[in-house]
Amino acid sequence: MNDNLIVSVSPHYHKANATTQRVMLDVLIALCPALIAGWVIFGIRTLVLVAFSAANCVFLESVWNRLMKKTDTVSDLSAVLTGVLIAFNVPVGMPLWQLMIGDFIAIIIVKMLFGGLGCNFVNPALVGRVCMMLSFTSSMTAYQTSVAKIDALSSATPLSALDSLHIGDIGTLLLGQHGGMIGETCALALILGGVYLCVRGVIKPTIPACYVATVFVLTFLFNGFNAENAVLSLFSGGLMLGSIFMATDYVTSPMTGKGRVIFAVGCGFLTVCIRLFASSAEGVSFAILIMNLLVPYINDGTRTKPLGGVDE
Amino acid sequence: MSLKLLSGVHIPHRKNTAEMPPVRMPPPAMVTIPLSMSIGRPASCVVKPGDHVDVGQLIAESGGYVSSPVFASVSGTVKKIVPVLQFMGTSCQGVQIESDGQMTPAPDLAPPEITDYNSFINAVRNSGVVGLGGATFPTAVKLDVKDTSRIQEVIINAAECEGYITVDNRTMLDRTDEVVAGCRLLEKWLDVKKIYIGIEDNKPSCIAKMTEAFADDPCVEVRTLPSLYPQGGEKVLVYHVTGKIVPEGKLPLDVGSIVMNVTSLASLAHYCATGMPLVERWITVDGSAVKEPKNVIAPIGTSSREVIEFAGGLKEEAGKLVQGGPMMGVAQCDLDAPVAKGTSALLVFNRKDARPAEPTACIKCGGCIDHCPMNLMPMEFERAYEKKDAPLLKKLKIGLCMECGSCAFQCPAHRPLVQVNKLAKVLVREYDAAQKEAAK
Repeated sequence: MNDNLIVSVSPHYHKANATTQRVMLDVLIALCPALIAGWVIFGIRTLVLVAFSAANCVFLESVWNRLMKKTDTVSDLSAVLTGVLIAFNVPVGMPLWQLMIGDFIAIIIVKMLFGGLGCNFVNPALVGRVCMMLSFTSSMTAYQTSVAKIDALSSATPLSALDSLHIGDIGTLLLGQHGGMIGETCALALILGGVYLCVRGVIKPTIPACYVATVFVLTFLFNGFNAENAVLSLFSGGLMLGSIFMATDYVTSPMTGKGRVIFAVGCGFLTVCIRLFASSAEGVSFAILIMNLLVPYINDGTRTKPLGGVDE
Repeated sequence: MSLKLLSGVHIPHRKNTAEMPPVRMPPPAMVTIPLSMSIGRPASCVVKPGDHVDVGQLIAESGGYVSSPVFASVSGTVKKIVPVLQFMGTSCQGVQIESDGQMTPAPDLAPPEITDYNSFINAVRNSGVVGLGGATFPTAVKLDVKDTSRIQEVIINAAECEGYITVDNRTMLDRTDEVVAGCRLLEKWLDVKKIYIGIEDNKPSCIAKMTEAFADDPCVEVRTLPSLYPQGGEKVLVYHVTGKIVPEGKLPLDVGSIVMNVTSLASLAHYCATGMPLVERWITVDGSAVKEPKNVIAPIGTSSREVIEFAGGLKEEAGKLVQGGPMMGVAQCDLDAPVAKGTSALLVFNRKDARPAEPTACIKCGGCIDHCPMNLMPMEFERAYEKKDAPLLKKLKIGLCMECGSCAFQCPAHRPLVQVNKLAKVLVREYDAAQKEAAK
């Protein structure tokens, strides 16, 4: 025993670059196209909001860890990601102090109080958004249109004006030159990010695909078989950001493929119900949060069937 | 065949020694032969200090039905019986033999007389052969099927899905005749009608060689399998070759299959032809701290340090010594750990590669579930184990876990999932024992 060898249980090597930090970094990279789009569409304040929110989340998590005498976990980049996502969910005119409260709710109340990364049962960024929406409704709905001098849509989020839109407006919706939150308007940039995540193997296309498909089908069925309308509904509001980046959050989505399908269809169903039948024009946040709460039950109901397993 | 492949992981193969025929090392001055080198009971020693032994002479006989005899691997004098530390922290007896450097074969070695099923099984038992892929299950027990009509097919496991190791690879290329002879033995004495040789597609030269060797034998079929770890896992191999699922708690034989490692088969054929039992081991020496990766033939009981020295030594300080592959091999406590029957590789990693990464919180990505070949839920095992919930662990089928390490390999949070599964199995065993006790 004089060789001072390290003894550990197998396996003795590990997949290259497979770390939580790398996963979070990939998601951040995937958000870059939308960030650039937000900058072009809404101006430099987009970057200020995102940087402020990310820094704020890191600061909050770090302080919390220090107060609780725990190892600092900010290097896993999950706090940065939460910060960026919260900023993506506010309009460009959002006052910084209000954004700060959103960050606080997400990081401290939703994430750290429940035990930090991996232990929260709902998506922190979405709770942050919903709380800001309820507390600061006027700033959260003060949508501004593009600063770029392009033919932009009306200042209302297109969802509430869906009936007045035509398929000709789809280009505008894809490019995001309409009112909305800074990170959610440019559907094209978000889809690009989603493709990157799928190629990198960070997410599987299951959740976004099932979510979007459900919204399309149900909007078509419930909204007078209007295909044009159903297509447009996919690219407006927070659906792309929600389905690609929020509903796919590992911690708060089911762990098996079957579970993810159920989860995504549920998100789609609730989104359409809220959009069409409730007083709120947008339903993505609430739909995902409600489905987050159901994840433990979905997990229990969708356990894998072990190969050769015999039921007792 | 349109069979859905089981999950697995793509590991770095690093088969640096695939083109290197093994080199025989000179007899070491001293060997320490462990008496527990297979699944089952340890062998019981039949020599005492001072005895002179020759190569191939029995030094310990089978300790029971599931056990395997042990033979002297060098000629010389028995020095003493010493305890040998084994993995899991237990120790077993070992016979220390001082070599006379002559490697004199035992005078009474003769090919066994095989006339029927019983004499064949007896020969297999006396060969000392065990599962040489690393599982070390006594081959005699595996082949002792009593009723040979139960065997629908034998699958020769030549997948060699682990990283680094190229022993089975070299067996197929350098011991082709013995592999062929081994298959003939199975056909003749076990009345086997169908033999598949399963090889991963990263070994095209082996596939070509085996296909050529068995071109005129309609009984033997070479199956090319995708290089997806753990292709060589027994249940995985049975499923990918035949489509049959081995039920929980059953053996491949219960669905009509026997899985046998290709090097075990060649060693068995070698014994049947020459009478020389299993006394040496083909070993791949590799790893980041090793100067020259090499395949070495060493007497069983040789210190790992000497085998590594013979191969060319280390270029960096050793951080970890693994006997076996990087996915399932066992880290040793010191460099003098003796080579055993199941030692397919000696991998030495430098300090940097040796240190396991610090685990971070589980982010519930589900990767461990997606990559488990047995469709188990390692993440749930970990949670159930933390709660010490044995009934839940049983419900989640912890017993089906073969500890292949696919879950831990890909885990971005570096959770020690295999370690937890091993501990969880102990917990379940203790729980079952307590239940049994309570029922009395």
